[in-house]
Amino acid sequence: MSNEAVLHTNVEGAITHDEHHDEHHEHHHHETFITKYVFSQDHKMIAKQFLITGMVWAVLGGLMSVLFRLQLGYPDSHFPFLENILGKWWVQNGQITAQAYYALVTTHGTVLVFFVLTAGLSGTFANFLIPLQVGARDMASPFLNMLSYWFFFSASVVMLSSIFVETGPFSGGWTAYPPLSALKDASPGSGTGMDLWLIAMALFVVSSLLGGLNYIVTILNLRTKGMSMTRLPLTIWSLFFTAVLGVLSFPVLLSGFILLIFDRNFGTSFYLSDIYISGVGALPNEGGNAILFQHLFWFLGHPEVYIILLPAMGMVSEILSVNSRKPIFGYMAMVGSLFAIAILAFLVWAHHMFVTGLNPFLGSIFVLLTLLIAVPSAIKVFNWLTTLWRGNIRFTPAMMFAIGFVSLFISGGLTGIWLGNSALDIHLHDTMFIVAHFHIVMGVASMFGMFAGIYHWYPKMYGRYLNNTLGYIHFWITMVGAYLIFWPMHYEGLAGMPRRYYSYSAWESFKQFGGLNQFISTVAMIVFSVQILFLLNFFYSIWKGRKVTTQNPYGSNTLEWTAPIRPGHGNWPGEIPEVHRWAYDYAKDGREFIPQTTPVDPNEANH
Amino acid sequence: MSTFFTIAVIALVFLIIFQIAKASEYVAVLKGEEKSRKENNKVNGFFMVSFLIMGLIGIYWCNELFYGKTLLAHDPASVQGERVDSMMRLTLVITGFVFIITQVALFWFAYRYQETDKRKPYFFPHNNTMEVIWTVIPAIALTVLVVIGLRNWFSFTGEAPSNALQVEVTGHQFGWTFRYAGNDNKFGKKYYKLIDASNSLGLQWKDSADLNIKDDPDSHDDIVLDATMYVIKDKPVKLLINSRDVVHDVGLTEFRMKQDAVPGTPTTLWFTPKFTTREMQEKLNNPNFEYEISCDQMCGNGHYSMRGVIKVVSQFEFDAWMAGQSPAYYGAYPDKDPSKKPLPAVAAADSSAKKVAMVSSKAK
Repeated sequence: MSNEAVLHTNVEGAITHDEHHDEHHEHHHHETFITKYVFSQDHKMIAKQFLITGMVWAVLGGLMSVLFRLQLGYPDSHFPFLENILGKWWVQNGQITAQAYYALVTTHGTVLVFFVLTAGLSGTFANFLIPLQVGARDMASPFLNMLSYWFFFSASVVMLSSIFVETGPFSGGWTAYPPLSALKDASPGSGTGMDLWLIAMALFVVSSLLGGLNYIVTILNLRTKGMSMTRLPLTIWSLFFTAVLGVLSFPVLLSGFILLIFDRNFGTSFYLSDIYISGVGALPNEGGNAILFQHLFWFLGHPEVYIILLPAMGMVSEILSVNSRKPIFGYMAMVGSLFAIAILAFLVWAHHMFVTGLNPFLGSIFVLLTLLIAVPSAIKVFNWLTTLWRGNIRFTPAMMFAIGFVSLFISGGLTGIWLGNSALDIHLHDTMFIVAHFHIVMGVASMFGMFAGIYHWYPKMYGRYLNNTLGYIHFWITMVGAYLIFWPMHYEGLAGMPRRYYSYSAWESFKQFGGLNQFISTVAMIVFSVQILFLLNFFYSIWKGRKVTTQNPYGSNTLEWTAPIRPGHGNWPGEIPEVHRWAYDYAKDGREFIPQTTPVDPNEANH
Repeated sequence: MSTFFTIAVIALVFLIIFQIAKASEYVAVLKGEEKSRKENNKVNGFFMVSFLIMGLIGIYWCNELFYGKTLLAHDPASVQGERVDSMMRLTLVITGFVFIITQVALFWFAYRYQETDKRKPYFFPHNNTMEVIWTVIPAIALTVLVVIGLRNWFSFTGEAPSNALQVEVTGHQFGWTFRYAGNDNKFGKKYYKLIDASNSLGLQWKDSADLNIKDDPDSHDDIVLDATMYVIKDKPVKLLINSRDVVHDVGLTEFRMKQDAVPGTPTTLWFTPKFTTREMQEKLNNPNFEYEISCDQMCGNGHYSMRGVIKVVSQFEFDAWMAGQSPAYYGAYPDKDPSKKPLPAVAAADSSAKKVAMVSSKAK
């Protein structure tokens, strides 16, 4: 085809992975389809597996949000065709049922937080970028790395299967507070659905720990010659702190789950006390405390927010710097603020619990520590802004999403100052305000970080480009849509509208937002369909995209761009490159960029 | 059929967008990457600054549309609510100021410093003074917010005034039960295993050897109600919050208060209502207005329907209403109800109170 010819005429065959003269390839076994694409131990393939599994979950999770937004936006409309597709348990008389609504809300939350934004985001980019950017042939333990993916995969299968059980998937909110999550008589979803949910989450924790340990060890031990910690790109720093957070906090979540499993199945009373269930009677459990679970949950739950956010921050820092063609401003401050955020992430969990009857003194400590996080966050924002200042900005789709990330992080971060202050949190807790807050700052912003990462490193992943025009359409509709959905939602929260309500029609105080809800739901559907467009672009471009013809298409300093266009297992044919400088020598001494592998010139200015 | 058409139209739109995007890429390749990148850059730079301007207009417009529907549009209904609202306004001013500055800077820089051949990007890796400034200024602003916030927090969570009206609130799937202490002003003991159809809170009305429970006479005059509770204007009210099954949350939107109801672990909250329900109905020009209790903690499939009502009335109305209530004990043991004897209603309430008081003093 002539069009194809146009696209691919410039391909130079000079630098491809077909160079077989390298020593590494010689002692490498012949790869079969199974070892190359399924049980692969190549970090790049595992990254793609994480990414694509994450995408499948993102579509499912997004679709779930469209369905429950349908109920919120159009509570009086009937959609008989949904009944035909989903069945009576989910849709009756063309309307989403309450049990389905809560199942959807819960699964949407669990899936998006854990499977998409933890595994799909940090799993993908930690796997893909760590060896390539620190200059390693692969992870410290490729085998554990492979296991990490397959534990995630089995978690996915179990979670998916929970959607099809007779009593429905777990429907008590992604936070799974007992006693609701412990008693199948309190909610049908807390029966088999919850068993599967717990199994899936336990498998997920294992996956996350195997991955995290690997990332930490690789970053600490497998850096190439000359790559001191302070020469690491910020992506690696952020992935490092992410892994540390995960390794230290996921076990606590698992311990909470184990106690819950005991309460559910073995008659213990860790979380249960003084319970009388209508229709069943008084339960024998006494002396437990339901709040204990909340402490254990949020001890992971809050660091989890940063597990989601930090990789996005790291990638955004890198992308902003590369595309502004100038160094990231305040590298050490950026590392320091990541460190501060990682430490503080462990010390603020109870700000999710201001209204649980927490001791007010304890609450005040958590207010202080929570608002303290705003300081490193502010440093990051100002440093990003200064990075753009007097740059020479190229609006690649990745750069657009990075700028969008900063905008969303500001918008969502500032409402965090409202919510972290306990006296205001009493009022705003569990309202739509908080839904707007965390969707902007953690959900959409991290999604933007992920999109930025995908657009930026796609050429490295597949040796082809994504379609730019589709990228721009994707960005602008998502950006505008995200604000249209979540900005007015703050007003619903300021009216006190509680979250997780199936219907507001019986409430005198909350029923005034019918029109707004309809608007939000409509925009959500449009934004969702644009994500489908992105997926088309993604999969189409894997095979048909414009080929990458130069090794370093962005003029970037980091090591991954010194590897062949389509790196084989082992990443570099021949020697691993040596590093002589930090990753951000852009616009220095009149040179556009100086890759990390370039030795320092004695006449060079010191920064 | 219409569904089918909608899907067909969406698919078609997708296809068209996809084809246009593909074509534009061919054009870009033919033009040369350099040139098409510059064109894209111009367009997107322009969009960036347009997004900023349209966004700021949109924020203003959104506020015009919805501010009136929020609680900020009218006086808060409790003394505590005034402090919440004023703190919220201050926080809004501070965060709003930072929001405008940073968003304007972000999109303006994006537009202003878009790629041109004329500019050399400025090598500017760090500047300690600037970094210290934007560490210290947020820290100071946050200190102010923390101080104000904690003052309010300790005032809200501190002890309720001693004259506060005490009401026990118990959440269950899916509704609220309220208990008043009755004439002796003491809440009788309760135990969850005593709960049954006539004793929804499990009050200790009789000896129960197998549960090792003794009859508590304080519980005999306790008044138990469903769905609606009454409190007095300008008099602090302290809620003793319990749950019978799962975690619920007493959400008092109009009073800006909220507290979880946790099974086995009682919690409290207190506030001082400022306007009666009737006054609010007039203020808001809405005859259907009620102070609603919303459950704000996911509690099961009926979570959204867990509604309670608080009637704020004058002391006089409250006394009259209270006089008409009869202890739950008599519901379970009608034979002990003195009002069943032929006496005028008001006198009956009085005499029953005396009787209960006598009974309780004898029991001690």
